[in-house]
Amino acid sequence: MIDLMGIINLNEAEEHLGELSRSRSLASIPFAGRYRLIDFVLSNMVNSEISNVGIFIQHKYRSLVDHLRSGKDWDLARKRDGLFVLPPAYTRTPMQVHRGDVENLYSNLDYIYQSRQKYVIIAGANIVSNMDYRVILEYHKNTEADITVLYTKANCGTHDCVRSNILGLSPEGRVLTISEFKDTGGYQNMSIDMFIMKKDLLIDLVNQCIARGDYDFVKHCIIKNVKKLKVYGYHHPGYAARISSLQSYFQHSMELLNPHIWKELFFKSGLIYTKVKDEAPAKYIHETEVTNSLIASGCYVEGKVENSILFRGVKVLKGAYIKNSVIMQKGNIGPGVILENVICDKDVHITANKQLKGEYSYPLVIKKGRVI
Amino acid sequence: MHKKACVAMLLAGGQGSRLGILTQKLAKPAVPFGGKYRIIDFPLSNCNNSGIDTVGVLTQYKPLALNSYIGIGSAWDLDRMNGGVFVLPPYVKEQGGEWYKGTADAICQNSNFIDRFNPETVLILSGDHIYKMDYSLMLEFHQKQQADATIAVIEVPLDEASRFGIMNTDNEQRIIDFEEKPAEPKSNLASMGIYIFSWPVLKKYLFEDELNQDSTHDFGHDIIPKMLADKRNLRAYSFRGYWKDVGTVESYWQANMDLLGEKPELNLYDSKWRIYSSNPPRPPHYTSTTAKITNSIIAEGCLILGEVENSVLFPDVYVGPGAKVKNSIIMSGAHIEDHVVTDKAIIGRKTVLKQGTVVAAKKLDGQQKIVVLDIDMIIPPHTTIEASLSCSPPEDALCKREE
Repeated sequence: MIDLMGIINLNEAEEHLGELSRSRSLASIPFAGRYRLIDFVLSNMVNSEISNVGIFIQHKYRSLVDHLRSGKDWDLARKRDGLFVLPPAYTRTPMQVHRGDVENLYSNLDYIYQSRQKYVIIAGANIVSNMDYRVILEYHKNTEADITVLYTKANCGTHDCVRSNILGLSPEGRVLTISEFKDTGGYQNMSIDMFIMKKDLLIDLVNQCIARGDYDFVKHCIIKNVKKLKVYGYHHPGYAARISSLQSYFQHSMELLNPHIWKELFFKSGLIYTKVKDEAPAKYIHETEVTNSLIASGCYVEGKVENSILFRGVKVLKGAYIKNSVIMQKGNIGPGVILENVICDKDVHITANKQLKGEYSYPLVIKKGRVI
Repeated sequence: MHKKACVAMLLAGGQGSRLGILTQKLAKPAVPFGGKYRIIDFPLSNCNNSGIDTVGVLTQYKPLALNSYIGIGSAWDLDRMNGGVFVLPPYVKEQGGEWYKGTADAICQNSNFIDRFNPETVLILSGDHIYKMDYSLMLEFHQKQQADATIAVIEVPLDEASRFGIMNTDNEQRIIDFEEKPAEPKSNLASMGIYIFSWPVLKKYLFEDELNQDSTHDFGHDIIPKMLADKRNLRAYSFRGYWKDVGTVESYWQANMDLLGEKPELNLYDSKWRIYSSNPPRPPHYTSTTAKITNSIIAEGCLILGEVENSVLFPDVYVGPGAKVKNSIIMSGAHIEDHVVTDKAIIGRKTVLKQGTVVAAKKLDGQQKIVVLDIDMIIPPHTTIEASLSCSPPEDALCKREE
């Protein structure tokens, strides 16, 4: 039994994911062949023995609520604790205008008060990784920090670090500054915006913020207090992908085709759970050429697939050739179709002999449900 | 408890001894099938899809894997407030307990369970067959005919008919004659081992049969012939579609192979009639640049670096570079190292084939036998295996050691 509760604070800017986030929040964007982004942080919490998880949602949450339902697929349908989906109660914010996530935390402060755990981890849904929060809680206790911030060494030369927070650290790991990423490449201590602290401190920070009229949790509650509080950084040595734009979504999807990353992400300190679909295993017909690809259950493959990810229930018919692409659930790729650097959202149907091509640095996104 | 129209009773206690190594360590209904499923998923999913929400599963032989698999039935949406799935093992009564002596005895010993739901009809199923069937249509037929019992039948080739229980019917589907495995069959309507009985009638026959010292307490041998002799209203319900008994290693292997190809008779991809199963949390499988996959079924979590042809792979199978898996069934977690060759083999769960091992029987007159390897084995490098092997821990060198 671990004395830690989880808060998943869905406050990420999703507009940079374009068409993919048109009708859904960032947390419910499909990823890695069968998951949605929130599955990673949620599964990490469950695998770290956290049994009380509150999900603070903002807007466009239909698909997310449909995905989570009772929380049973993550073993979070419990009598005591379990999964709490907490929408904002706009009536409790002054002027009834919603400006930021602190207001949502504030309006659901009762939930945090009533939770029986002493410590809390606050995380977003935009980080794809496999980590054990128990280890980090131990670290937090050992350093006697007020707040522990998780960070990773990100290669900002090749990856998208825009709008991330970069930590300035003292040699013993204390966080001296947190500042927004400036356009300088190379390896940086990029915050993955996960924080461990005592629950009481979180409540104080939220109350202070609201009293001052502040509304952004990271900017106002954390960064403003870096000097006042004892804030430590915890370096997550493993894989951590930050999904913040269409380019980073595509780039990190393609990274999954490295079996070392595949193994680490899906098996290392625990399995990643998701809503189950009861699909039959994937089926290959005749001589297929499927290389360097991830193929989910329920797929039916007749054509050629290269460096691509097929989600559950995708059909690739004869003579089709899919290269460097991501085809989401129930995609139907007709005979003779050629796709390169394309992301097909769910339920897309590409009819026979069409050819679509994007650029590796700018993939072409086909809207959900489109027939081409 | 309000009245149920129909309660299903699933006979899952059989040993399935003709499946050899496959049923050495678990009951036949728990034997894995089709890259994901276990045999019992088929009748249980049929129940759910047919709107039958109360199922008793009668277990007896090596029930551990089966019991833990069924759990509270949530995989098949059978975790219900009123009804659901119930595992029914034999139990001790005031006069002492006994094992289930036959199929009819198993139902008779659980008549109090059925009475709890006070159903009009009881559907008897077995956990031995791979098929998709809408039991609600059979139930409708039973009610329309006002039958005392309805037996599902399927047409089989006449030369194979002597392996089955054969019905002779008049032109109103009324059963006039029933022969268990006849030497000279008069028709090709074979019993599928699926019965619907009117519960009050069945109960009477079960209790009478219980008192009969000479009875084998079997539906096919005792209950049905007795009802026929009493001129009860017995009807045959014709079923068309894929139905396969997986009672032997050959038929089990064949039924798996039947799933391959463009349009198999049994469609597992029909979203209107899903076959439910437990869904292990595994990522999509990965095929490397060296992988070559032809006409196969591959489950999630697999890592494929070699060649796979005409095969069925369960979750978490590793196929190393240069390995050739052909006409084989590879159970979950099996580890096929580089340059291993398997042909017409069934490799048990978590068995490790070290590099260069060959698992294939010799071809005799163009015929090749199926080689079955047990679960949790470890086969040393460059071994040639031509016949089935099982392992009995702890002293067996071919068994995996406890880690």
